[in-house]
Amino acid sequence: MSESTPSTSPERHRLYWRKNLSCLAILLTIWFVVSYGCGILLVDQLDKIRLPGTGFKLGFWFAQQGSIYVFVVLIWVYVRYMNKLDADFRENGDSGSAND
Amino acid sequence: MFLAWSAIQLWTLGIVGLSFALYIGIAIYTRTSKRSEFYVAGAGVPAVANGMATAADWMSAASFISMAGIISFAGRDGSVYLMGWTGGYVLLALLLAPYLRKFGQFTVPDFVGDRYYSWFARLVAVCCAIFVSFTYVAGQMRGVGVVFSRFLEVDVTMGVIIGMAIVFFYAVLGGMKGITYTQVAQYCVLIFAFMVPAIFISIMLTNNPIPQLGMGGTLSGSDGVYLLDRLDGLSEELGFAAYTAGSRSTQDVFFITMALMVGTAGLPHVIIRFYTVKRVKDARMSAFWALLFIAILYTTAPAVAAFARTNMITTVSNKAYAEIPQWFKTWEDSGLIAWMDKNNDGIVQYTAGAPFGTVSGDSKLLPHFAGATDDAAARGPHGQRLLTNPTSEGTNELYVDRDIMVLANPEIANLPNWVVGLVAAGGLAAALSTAAGLLLVISTAVAHDFLKRVIKPDISEKGELLAARVAAFGAVIIAGLLGIFPPGWVAQVVAFAFGLAASSFFPAIIMGIFSKRMNREGAITGMLVGILFTAGYIVYFKFINPAANTKDNWWFGISPEGIGTLGMLFNFIAAAIVCKFTAPPPTEVQAMVERIRVPEESA
Repeated sequence: MSESTPSTSPERHRLYWRKNLSCLAILLTIWFVVSYGCGILLVDQLDKIRLPGTGFKLGFWFAQQGSIYVFVVLIWVYVRYMNKLDADFRENGDSGSAND
Repeated sequence: MFLAWSAIQLWTLGIVGLSFALYIGIAIYTRTSKRSEFYVAGAGVPAVANGMATAADWMSAASFISMAGIISFAGRDGSVYLMGWTGGYVLLALLLAPYLRKFGQFTVPDFVGDRYYSWFARLVAVCCAIFVSFTYVAGQMRGVGVVFSRFLEVDVTMGVIIGMAIVFFYAVLGGMKGITYTQVAQYCVLIFAFMVPAIFISIMLTNNPIPQLGMGGTLSGSDGVYLLDRLDGLSEELGFAAYTAGSRSTQDVFFITMALMVGTAGLPHVIIRFYTVKRVKDARMSAFWALLFIAILYTTAPAVAAFARTNMITTVSNKAYAEIPQWFKTWEDSGLIAWMDKNNDGIVQYTAGAPFGTVSGDSKLLPHFAGATDDAAARGPHGQRLLTNPTSEGTNELYVDRDIMVLANPEIANLPNWVVGLVAAGGLAAALSTAAGLLLVISTAVAHDFLKRVIKPDISEKGELLAARVAAFGAVIIAGLLGIFPPGWVAQVVAFAFGLAASSFFPAIIMGIFSKRMNREGAITGMLVGILFTAGYIVYFKFINPAANTKDNWWFGISPEGIGTLGMLFNFIAAAIVCKFTAPPPTEVQAMVERIRVPEESA
């Protein structure tokens, strides 16, 4: 049983929420860059490069396949990060944890 | 009667019949009398199973049959569907699923009504949910009828009725529980059915059994010529744009993709799939599994599109009708292929441009045949079915329905008959699974969100369950009628569904979770602004004045398919402005937002 900060203290919640938000900000930035950036806005420029060893133009590949792979990885990373964050915050104390 | 059926039809009947027996078996096994099981499968579905069910629920007849066909004709522009219909899952996983699961009620209007402490907000949400779900389901039931008619030569109406009966059975008996486990089975059927022809054709064309890799590979039997390069070349020779080039404007592609992604994350039948798992961490994990299972099909589809297009051009273009492969004639009999020999040379010319004119009264280019398939007088000098359409300028003589690209693939590749039956079963699995999910949203919106929460809060559990079943029954009937007598505007209305979800639900839920300050007045204003703007724009260009539906008249060059993104922005802006001048939410509501944001207490 934890005798230090109870797991329901507002500052721990705030810290948890901040970590949650910064995780989201990073992942959503990647989401945007890969789909809208590589697949739409920069697609013509990227098409000048070929994915090595294949017949894929890079922009076209991002738009039709690559972005989807990245999406799957993004959710995976999110799940792992949040499960760890939840576990850290369920344990007692340690609100200033160094596990980043 | 069965003796007159071909081998293909018997195989199809067998495989489809087996799959239906499976679904009915699951329905009987999962029948329930508990409200929580009817609405959210008792919140006990394991993450992997929930992911599979979500994937099947998501992938409709459109994903299975039409999408590869659309991409095969649109080339790079088809990417809007690929990215748009997968990228939304990232938004769901990161921004919605875990919080809604923590919230723990049963439906989307539940969340909107509780978070914005308003029966009016709940009512707006209910109406949106019902409208969005009905428009979506009309297309599904039609899809079921079409698959039956194409493969089993059963009349479309009969096909819709059979589909209705199956869905009714497992949806009404088991509610969400029955639907979820049937969807798991349907996912297995549909993914197998999609992959088998794709793998065969990939091997045939590129010697690579993995379609995703084969798409980037070299053509077998050529010396190192890449498939995509050959396809680009063939397309340009015939007067089409290069396959890997795009022709829609960048901003339109941007807005459509965003409307689809955000719309996906706002569709009620997708969101409720996250209420059914045990815990918050299962909600996140199930979003991962769902996207993984969806990605298997969605990364194969563009490969299928490229293969099918290459195959079609090389086997059909500039071939004499008399020597054309049998599949061409079979699908001509079904009305999905048509050839107007404009220059009377007996050779099928396939180039860019319309092959013939649209018959007045048709909403899009459709072939009108002079007679039935067995009418010898309605056949031309080479044996082709004659058309009554007016002629058109240009050299193109060939009409090909997009759906052929998936449906005819097994025959184009000379695959055994059972593969054809499998494709039929897969298409049906996709359509039925989506239809069931949509019907459940409608039935819970009526019985739970409307009847119990707004009209008669003291209704008993038995009463509510009965109402839900009756509503499900009613919804199946209406959906079936829409499938049998489809209004001409069905396809357009699906874009409508996404636009509405993007401009109404998504912003309301996001603000509800990520802002404690967003209040009832702001949210309702935002939702109404988003809905009215988006609906107005779409109704104007698609129904009132379709002749004006061109780039020059669009706002900022955004088509009606992409306008939901702008509607979403207007929702956010209007809500933020109104919220500034009105009272903050009551403290209990702010506490609720706090509660859904924090990690779960360990059990």
